[in-house]
Amino acid sequence: MGMTAIEKILARTSGKDVVRPGEVAVCKPDIVLHIDLPMAIEGAWYKPKKIFDTDRVVMIFDHAVPSPTIKDASAMAEGRRMAKEFGLKRVFDVGHHGIAHVVAAENGLARPGELLVCADSHTCASGGLNCAGRGAGIPDTLQAMTKGIVWYPVTPTIRYEFKGKMNPMVCGKDVFFHIAQTWGGHGNTSIEYGGPGLQALTVADRRTIATMSAEVGAEFALFDYDELTAEYLKGRLDRPATPAYADKDADYLDVRTLDLGDVEPYVVLPDAIPKNGRRFSEFKESVRIDQAFIGSCANGLIEDLRVAAAIVRGRKVAAGVRFIVTPGSQAVYLQAVREGLVETLVEAGAVVTNSTCGACLGYHMGVLAPGEICITASPRNFKGRMGSSDAQVYLGSPATVAASALAGVITDPRTDPGRA
Amino acid sequence: MSTLVFTGRVWKFGDLINTDLIMPSKAFRLPKKEQHTLCFEAVRPEFAREVKPGDIIVAGENFGMGSSRPIGEVMRGAGIAAVIAESINGLAMRTCVNSSLPAINCLGVSALFEDGDTGRVDFLSGKIDNLTSGKSLQTHPMAPLLAEIVAAGGVVPMLLKDGYIHAEPFIASSS
Repeated sequence: MGMTAIEKILARTSGKDVVRPGEVAVCKPDIVLHIDLPMAIEGAWYKPKKIFDTDRVVMIFDHAVPSPTIKDASAMAEGRRMAKEFGLKRVFDVGHHGIAHVVAAENGLARPGELLVCADSHTCASGGLNCAGRGAGIPDTLQAMTKGIVWYPVTPTIRYEFKGKMNPMVCGKDVFFHIAQTWGGHGNTSIEYGGPGLQALTVADRRTIATMSAEVGAEFALFDYDELTAEYLKGRLDRPATPAYADKDADYLDVRTLDLGDVEPYVVLPDAIPKNGRRFSEFKESVRIDQAFIGSCANGLIEDLRVAAAIVRGRKVAAGVRFIVTPGSQAVYLQAVREGLVETLVEAGAVVTNSTCGACLGYHMGVLAPGEICITASPRNFKGRMGSSDAQVYLGSPATVAASALAGVITDPRTDPGRA
Repeated sequence: MSTLVFTGRVWKFGDLINTDLIMPSKAFRLPKKEQHTLCFEAVRPEFAREVKPGDIIVAGENFGMGSSRPIGEVMRGAGIAAVIAESINGLAMRTCVNSSLPAINCLGVSALFEDGDTGRVDFLSGKIDNLTSGKSLQTHPMAPLLAEIVAAGGVVPMLLKDGYIHAEPFIASSS
């Protein structure tokens, strides 16, 4: 019996020929990303005395950048001190910062076939580039960066075979919502994505879907490596990477075919994601919004900003709506400036913020008041996630959020009346 | 290895109890000894006042779904000794185990307990007893490696013992 791509990565990094579901693999990480938030939560962080490999531990500030509080400022001061003490080779401080998963992709840190550790639940974002990254905790990351080990239960894997291609105004985010709606939770299973329809999914869509896989409770989520992955990574890698491919006789818990042409835009109702979405064709309610947000590791990419700008170009955000757009990194921000997207968005009445995790986790840059309603293209809609626990958070694609910001109510981007 | 058997009052929760309910992000800015005062605030406001050391959490499906925040530390800070759920999110499981809060999946556990019952859980055998009703369930024992981490007091004491980290937690200044 062969292995899945994920099992192969876990086997290689744990020094074994084969790993099977039911085992716990103790692995050596290929790369560890250290972010600011663990150092800001009191009692959660311990200063390292050793670093297992200064080439493989990378500092990226993202959650609270630039610092909204003295505590966050002090956390990042400690990060800078630590980077200096150990001579970390790569530090993405304010000015070079961005959401860790976005920065990792842009800078060739999320490498095909490798294992990436980060104390953030959306670390599975790296799976879009065939890099295994399961969301880890703060102690995991501390152990990974000091001792150079990290444990993972080897779980069964579900494989999605894509075919066909997406219809206009359907985004990668909707493909994920379709999976969450059709199949529900994926707890204690990993996911692999591939199939003939993969070529119709841009790398940006793949990164969105991989990131969102945390929201159905998946362990690892890994896309197959193909020409589009190679094209994206060209010039970003400083050493060759070895993509992981599943064996032909790999053992999957289930193999599911998904026709991308069957996917339509979704809105996900507040508080949970699996089985909590509505196809817009079945969503007849008129939901007034106070805030619309595009950003985060899931949808803070240049492609997402292009979608938003194309929809709002020459039009105005509805009165009473705050439309907040947060680029996923400084590189995305700069590209958006160069393409005129920032101008288009600001002219429409949007706020384009500095790159950070910000509003997604209700930490800064767009926190919700009691009773408010937000439609967001970020990954999570938990009660209280974006501020008050009496606020409501609906999820949609960047196209849905932009169309809703203009209308002032949650809107199917296909029916946006002002669309040319 | 020491035994991993716990007996205590059961706090019963439903499905989809996520990390942000266990530890809202506003708790990030509180001193560690106060972070647990917001535990389950949005769904069970009396929890933090009434929970006693040694109490046990019994939950439904996908317990701990969500972020990397230190929910194990927070529940332990509240006095919780053990977590049993129909299913525990993979990240929540590792966050609990790494903080020496033992956690285990057990199908049917929601039906085994009512809120306030006295429960007993043996992580090494996988036996779960409701001492109030006299009924029991058997689940898969905890994986040996995970039980070792719990018994060692979690990852931090293990790293400390091997000289990888400083003994005192880093406290970011707030003034």
